[in-house]
Amino acid sequence: MQPTDIRKPDYFHKVVDCQWACPAHTQVPRYIRMIASGRYDDAYLLNWDSNVFPGILGRTCDRPCEPACRRGRVEENNGADVDKSRPEPVAICRLKRVAADNRSEDIEQRMRERLPDPVPGAERFRVACVGAGPSSLAVARDLAPLGYQVTVFEADAKGGGFMRTQVPRFRLPEHVIDEEVGYIFGLGVEFVGNRRIDSMRKLLDENYDAIFVGSGAPRGRDLHAPGRDEAAANIHLGIEWLASVYFGHVKSVGKRVIVLGGGNTAMDCCRSARRLGGDEVKVIVRSGYEEMKASPWEKEDAEHEGVKIINWLNPKSFVHENGKLTGMWFTPMRAEHDANGKRKLLPTGEPDRLIECDEVLIAVGQENAFPWIERDLGLEFDEWGLPKLDKLTLQSTNRKVFFGGDAAFGPKNIIWAVEHGHQAAASIHNLLQGEDVRQRPPPMTNLISQKMGIHEWSYDNDISVDERFVVPWAPKEKTLTNIHQEVELGFDVATAWKEAQRCLNCDVQTVFTKDICIECDACVDVCPMDCISFTTDGDEAELRERLTAPALNLAQDLYIGGPVKTGRVMAKDEDVCLHCGLCAERCPTGAWDMRKFLFAESYAGRGEDYSAKPAHKKVAA
Amino acid sequence: MTYLPKPKIHHPSLQRNRAGFIRRDYEGAISTLCAGCGHDSISAAIIQACWELDVQPHRVAKISGIGCSSKTPTYFLSASHGFNAVHGRMPSVLTGANLANRELMYLGISGDGDSASIGIGQFVHAIRRGVDMVYIVENNGVYGLTKGQFSATADAGSKSKKGAINNDAPIDMVGMALQLGASFVARGFSGDKAQLVPILKAAMSHKGASFVDVLSPCVAFNNHPGSTKSYDYVREHNHALCRMDFISKRDEITVDYPPGAVREVRQHDGSTLRLRKLPESHDTGDRVAAMNYLHECQARGEIVTGLLYVDPDAPDLHAHLETAPVAFNTLGEDELCPGAVRLESINAALR
Repeated sequence: MQPTDIRKPDYFHKVVDCQWACPAHTQVPRYIRMIASGRYDDAYLLNWDSNVFPGILGRTCDRPCEPACRRGRVEENNGADVDKSRPEPVAICRLKRVAADNRSEDIEQRMRERLPDPVPGAERFRVACVGAGPSSLAVARDLAPLGYQVTVFEADAKGGGFMRTQVPRFRLPEHVIDEEVGYIFGLGVEFVGNRRIDSMRKLLDENYDAIFVGSGAPRGRDLHAPGRDEAAANIHLGIEWLASVYFGHVKSVGKRVIVLGGGNTAMDCCRSARRLGGDEVKVIVRSGYEEMKASPWEKEDAEHEGVKIINWLNPKSFVHENGKLTGMWFTPMRAEHDANGKRKLLPTGEPDRLIECDEVLIAVGQENAFPWIERDLGLEFDEWGLPKLDKLTLQSTNRKVFFGGDAAFGPKNIIWAVEHGHQAAASIHNLLQGEDVRQRPPPMTNLISQKMGIHEWSYDNDISVDERFVVPWAPKEKTLTNIHQEVELGFDVATAWKEAQRCLNCDVQTVFTKDICIECDACVDVCPMDCISFTTDGDEAELRERLTAPALNLAQDLYIGGPVKTGRVMAKDEDVCLHCGLCAERCPTGAWDMRKFLFAESYAGRGEDYSAKPAHKKVAA
Repeated sequence: MTYLPKPKIHHPSLQRNRAGFIRRDYEGAISTLCAGCGHDSISAAIIQACWELDVQPHRVAKISGIGCSSKTPTYFLSASHGFNAVHGRMPSVLTGANLANRELMYLGISGDGDSASIGIGQFVHAIRRGVDMVYIVENNGVYGLTKGQFSATADAGSKSKKGAINNDAPIDMVGMALQLGASFVARGFSGDKAQLVPILKAAMSHKGASFVDVLSPCVAFNNHPGSTKSYDYVREHNHALCRMDFISKRDEITVDYPPGAVREVRQHDGSTLRLRKLPESHDTGDRVAAMNYLHECQARGEIVTGLLYVDPDAPDLHAHLETAPVAFNTLGEDELCPGAVRLESINAALR
């Protein structure tokens, strides 16, 4: 195998599984260390730089980082009772919330101190953002400090988009949205509320230098089945119903509620229904439990609140008595995989089932809708009605118009919307500066030894054996009777510290220098995870089989160093490395070193790490 | 040394052996030796060998003397019995323990100072008595704990870290063990576990006095140019007699190599040693040939490693002395203390 070229930023970035998995590439281990050392403001601002909404995301993020977290892999087949203990990632998302919960009052001041310098002449340019959801707000956050005049248009009175109107208050209190949306508007962004943009042509006529469309995927998909129209009074589209709950138009729901759909919107619907009078709330899904789109924890939370999830039932028709909904017929389904492994749902042939109910919430998906964009503006749409975009720049076929968030590629989530915002902002910045829109400054990377003494490192390399801590909840009697009562109370500082200690510091990399290795095997012997081997070279597939411990997780790279003096190679399986640094502690020559890898994505107008601005070097850690 | 204990978390794929343990269960405390010490690799090889042999840790006694090597029993088999004896007195303590309880496996852990200098008298007699044990000398050619003076195994002409040349002739413990009647004699190198682990497994399965000399570079004081016990020197001059496979009596013996290149030795306990790539001239069953071959290699400046000699059916100390067939702790008071009448008859026989 070729020796690994660790100069390529992607190599070590990939080892930081959480950061690699985060669409916005948030520097997770770094902010977790900040939380552990009580530097909540720094942790908050590091998050704020990458994901713009630490308080909101600390409660609602889809957390792609957590399934990726190495901790979840290393705990496998470990623990006192192997059968009972379940491998769990670090509670990254909830730690983010700890940073938000404990940030200081003057955070906005500290935020401003760390903003990038304005770009001379940027104030000449006007940028319009359509919709005040996360992607638009991220564009505004990135562009306003550079000096651009950014105007955000929003049909509702307040900013926040679906974060405000669709995410229920028991998951995300309104003050959190107010604060974090407020920070952005406080950067000199003009907010125009209660103004729905109903014509792209008119907007273009207003001569903005660039337009960003972050209007979401605002249309709930309907279910056209017999009885739908007759019983319409008791059937609602999930996202519209959630918005009505938010605005206070809906204050109660029938006792027996069926929620159709298996995504996170369905989970928000069923849990809201439980709080508005739904005693018997059932989520009914066409497919199996495992393949539901809802995050596992959201399913658990719903079930914890007494919601029943019923799988493998396909809605067939609505039953009503003179327009009053009384139930629904379902056809039992099963999955069949064809020769190509593609799954098809087929009826099992069992008799249909009638499930009685008073109200149905349809949460079977969302659709994009751009009735307000005239089709003769040079802005092309594809066969699914989505804008034709450059995947990197998010630029449409009208060079002035960019898309992001759910409006770009269909429904995703907040963190993806934020990342779209970053990319669109970078594109807009390039466009307005007359540069190639596709150009991206390289990420800022750095690799610094953490050695402080013979056996001392500037990170805590003592590996905690604690299992994941559970976030405390408000009592059910409270949460199920008051839809505004937040369910999760967040970690207290002491528990947060313990949870933070579970982080393996995957950004502190094991770096191997072949020329000073004496092949004493000390690293091989001490490695608690049997990650390191010195062996004859071979091709990857064969090499993976014959290492000290077989390296069977192909998603994780082998780090190849060498050839060493005997002609062998050093092969380290990155998969379950604890980053404990014992290899480096036991290495007599310093051929192993623990070096902190910093990877910071470059946002609009900046090619450097945000919190390592020269004037604020003290923040870097 | 390292300040932190080794994390308890282990690789998810670790398997349990027939004794119900994973390899990590055979570990001890984290080593306090210098980073890169060859002794740590020997400890790792012992751990690996014990796991592979399904050893019950509580059926092992590890006994050592004084020195870097003699500290290592702390770093493996933490669930086994241990005794850290006076300098050079490991063999007699081990012999005594073995006489009292012949059912344990005895690991005698010593070094070149402990065994070739202060304890050479003890070493000699334990070997010649055929005590059933695995006598491991972790041989680095220097007194590491006292900052690197030459030990008795340092080769004549080798250079110390400070530049002094050793003029004394070395004691060759492998040659002595052969001459003294050890029934299993091998040499290994801490930097070659692929060879060392099977040697240790074979030695642990061997009934009788097994002697294993393991070259173990001292990174702090004997790993420089001019040393004959450095990683580089041993790698360059290593003449590996054979690659050895150890096949326990349960394993299926499969043949996947040309006959002639392999010699199989069946051991007393039913296990088999399979020796590959032996030179035609060498016969592991011929003590005299082994001694000759050892000295020929030495004269050529080669360090011969591998299994040199084994007598699978050698009698041990208990056979020599016709001792009780079971451990003393399984005998009752009547057997252990036969009473005044029996004592009288013994005394009478001696008059």
